[in-house]
Amino acid sequence: MNITSWSPTSTGAKRAREEMLVAFDQVRPIRVLVLPALFDEANKLRRFTLSVMRALSDAGIDAALPDLPGMNESLVPLTQQTLARWREHAEAVAEHFQATHALTFRGAALFAPDTLPGWRYAPVDGAKLLATLLRARVLEAREAGREESRKTLLEMGRSEGLILGGWPLGAQLVHELGGATPTHGPDHETLEPSDFGASGLWLRAEPSDDVDQAKALAERIVQSVHQSDETAL
Amino acid sequence: MSSKPIVQDGVSSQSPTAQALRAVSDTHEAVSNASQLKRILSDVLGLDPEDAQALTPESGLFGHLPELDSMAVAGLLTEIEDRFDIVIEDDEVDGEMLETFGGLLAFIDAKTEQA
Repeated sequence: MNITSWSPTSTGAKRAREEMLVAFDQVRPIRVLVLPALFDEANKLRRFTLSVMRALSDAGIDAALPDLPGMNESLVPLTQQTLARWREHAEAVAEHFQATHALTFRGAALFAPDTLPGWRYAPVDGAKLLATLLRARVLEAREAGREESRKTLLEMGRSEGLILGGWPLGAQLVHELGGATPTHGPDHETLEPSDFGASGLWLRAEPSDDVDQAKALAERIVQSVHQSDETAL
Repeated sequence: MSSKPIVQDGVSSQSPTAQALRAVSDTHEAVSNASQLKRILSDVLGLDPEDAQALTPESGLFGHLPELDSMAVAGLLTEIEDRFDIVIEDDEVDGEMLETFGGLLAFIDAKTEQA
């Protein structure tokens, strides 16, 4: 595993900051761009995501997991990010890594480039992610003795942005999330934890890992790559 | 209300705990709601099937398990909405409903009866 970097060069940016890229790169023919889950789910799924990448690499497939601006270790403020911008960045890093496929986790299916074939692991609607974050904030406020409602918070979020679960979301992102559904084309296969007799680690109260599920997921991806090779021949 | 910790070591299927659980699981619907809720709580808390079986109506949840913070509870409620096909309004969520396994199950039973 290598930790390198990539440079987003989005339109309008004067000077792009470098972002982290975790890569299993041995210049092999199948190169999977891995796009991580969003917000709290990113933390819950981080180790699992890397376990999947490690299993893919063991099976002869290269994989790279970028930080997109505003995510993980990025120094760019999250408030400036939108789904549209993340899609541009995802396209840019796909080109940088010369990805042949994309594997998305949960909310990453909302901004994955349509152009790359691949897999959507447990894709989720933006509205559902948003509803859970809003609900967490209502519960937090209640513990602190304040009454808030999801409806009022959502209105506030759409007009001026909102801090949810510690994540400062810009108004545009809140607005987009409300109506965003996973991108899905004929070249995209949806995979759910139940396909592997497992459960989704994003539900866990604390971050965890599931190496068996990671291996099963990687195996499925390998099969799917081989099948499409045969179809191409 | 006193609440026992959620995971009880050494509880066999023939224990008073299991019997008590069967007693609250009178109807077919209650059985499936209780087992579905146990499944969801296993996913949230990372419990083994045996530990999940050991959940009793008195098992303490929110406020008793430090890892069950507001984000985890929010995820739990969203998952409950999905799997039971119900809608949970903000004002229906209160301390009593979230405090114990029995409280949460009673809420779900009432909701699924309405549906």
